[in-house]
Amino acid sequence: MKSGLITSIARSLMVARFKQTLVAAIGVTFSITMFVALLGFMNGLNIMLDSLVINRTPHIRLYNDIKPNPDQPVSRMQAFAGRYNIIRSLKPNASRESIYNNEAIMSTLRTDKRVLGVAPKITSRVFFNVGATDMLGIVNGVDVEEENRLFRFSDYVTSGNFMDLKNVANSIILGKGAADRMLAEIGDVIQATTSQGNRVQLKVVGYFQSGLGDLDNVQCYASIGTVQKMTGQTSSYITDIQVKLHHLGMAPALAKEYSAVFGVDADDIQTVNAQFETGTGVRSMISYAVGITLLIVSGFGIYNILNMMIYEKMDTIAILKATGFSGRDVNRIFTTIAVSIGIVGGAAGILLGFLVCLGIERIPFETEALPTIRTFPVDFNPKYYIIAGVFSLVTTYFAGFFPARKASAVDPVDIIRGK
Amino acid sequence: MIMEQPTVLESQGITKYFYSPEKTKVLKGVSFRVSRGEFVSVAGKSGCGKSTLLYILSTMDTDYEGKLLIEQQLVTGQKPDELARIRNEKIGFVFQFHYLLNEFSVLENVMIPALKLGKLSREEIEHRAMEKLRIFDMHQHARKKANQLSGGQKQRVAITRALINDPLIIMGDEPTGNLDKKNSEIVFNIFKELAGAFHQTMLVVTHDPEFAAGTDRTIVMEDGNIVNDLTNLNQP
Repeated sequence: MKSGLITSIARSLMVARFKQTLVAAIGVTFSITMFVALLGFMNGLNIMLDSLVINRTPHIRLYNDIKPNPDQPVSRMQAFAGRYNIIRSLKPNASRESIYNNEAIMSTLRTDKRVLGVAPKITSRVFFNVGATDMLGIVNGVDVEEENRLFRFSDYVTSGNFMDLKNVANSIILGKGAADRMLAEIGDVIQATTSQGNRVQLKVVGYFQSGLGDLDNVQCYASIGTVQKMTGQTSSYITDIQVKLHHLGMAPALAKEYSAVFGVDADDIQTVNAQFETGTGVRSMISYAVGITLLIVSGFGIYNILNMMIYEKMDTIAILKATGFSGRDVNRIFTTIAVSIGIVGGAAGILLGFLVCLGIERIPFETEALPTIRTFPVDFNPKYYIIAGVFSLVTTYFAGFFPARKASAVDPVDIIRGK
Repeated sequence: MIMEQPTVLESQGITKYFYSPEKTKVLKGVSFRVSRGEFVSVAGKSGCGKSTLLYILSTMDTDYEGKLLIEQQLVTGQKPDELARIRNEKIGFVFQFHYLLNEFSVLENVMIPALKLGKLSREEIEHRAMEKLRIFDMHQHARKKANQLSGGQKQRVAITRALINDPLIIMGDEPTGNLDKKNSEIVFNIFKELAGAFHQTMLVVTHDPEFAAGTDRTIVMEDGNIVNDLTNLNQP
């Protein structure tokens, strides 16, 4: 009953000053709309830019690095134990690029519960023979189906069918940049020379475009079998094992573990792409800062309007107090006004923000560099809507806090005697 | 007969200072009692401290020395929330200016103190408010907004509002001060009726000698002191 009375008084005061109340609510609506739209758009772009790299990068890559043996014979000699051994002009040893016992490693990884999937890969450097010139290229031998499942291969194959890589013998998908320079159309047969000196004929079945120009100039894809044949290796020849995990965050720890267990080199995505995490963090920090600034500005608007309302309604406050409303009741009336403005303005803002996001998502955004993007990317993460809602309540509450305290301290005798 | 009634309001040596522009003693140890059913007026020249006294008695002004008792209970020094509750339940106010809330209808204005008290349901309060408005012949204006009434009508609504919680005492600060002669008479007659028919305890501050003469008892103040306490014998 009592809280009902306070709400009804608060409502009557708001209705009496409807225009001002509306302006205050619109202020909140506007800032919440901008907050939601800004964060949605900003993070949509962030996610898209990150996914350019993240989608195509294994969480952990197992391979044999070309490097000098860390365990040199001199350090094994008992006679020199406990001394500093300095060896100059050390050269990398002729270790095999192929991962030893890779079938067993892969089947072990596939049974690991933390692992989403495993895809083998062979990287081979070739020269494409175009007329009188040779162009450097890298042919990646991939397991087509696994590559597509784990690394969204098909998203980046802009022309042609990626499955042809598996179905057509001696086929290749060329990087868009490489294809443009070779003037190779789909269906053409091109000639390549491998680093072992073998000459092979390959049929172009598609173009690959990642959006990173440097990559597209050299990277090409073929099936594992094709690359093994090109390089004259057996079917057990695999240079890379790409691992995708359920949780990205576990990559550094697991990379260490696998490296120790399988005796191979292991790189995790965080180490390889540290700069992406930093960029994403800074961008979202900026958008949060702008959004929160907007909200605080609208909070000042509410503060002003409530202050004005209190000056205008001094008589009302005085009589309420004279007839038995305590300072706390008056405080609650004005806090109710502030928070109602916050709730209504915030709810409208969240809805409008969602609509603006839907609108942005419809705006065409076509660029050579990003073949998979047709419209602006927007992130509809409910997190932003929840933050916006909470913030609209918190700022309006604090905007109402000081005026309400002032109203509760009004001395009715001063007002009534002043008449 | 009046002396047998229990004491409703008692002031014991109430002293009050004003600090601006300089320290002045406005009330100099005022002591008196009001018994149940009494219709008391406080008269005196402008500036004699009669309104200041009323606001202390009303519990709104707490900055004074001395003691204030309502129904033999010490009120001085109570917490603001407790004082608000006492005002709500036990004291009805009529001011010189009507102080109705323009955002609300006449009926709602009358109902608000009772809704705040929260002893009855909304329907019961509405019914009671209509009954009280009917006494003053204001029931046909119940749905109007407060600012659509004339000055005399507003003051009648203000009196109805003061009565809604059946207060122990009604306090008036120049309730006819803002009204013309005809409306003054109407309002005065209402006070008379409340005293006569309903035995309502009332304490009214006035500078109008005619009004004062119409009450049971007149306390005359001068320069912060009570100089005379008359029982008026001209009762009809």
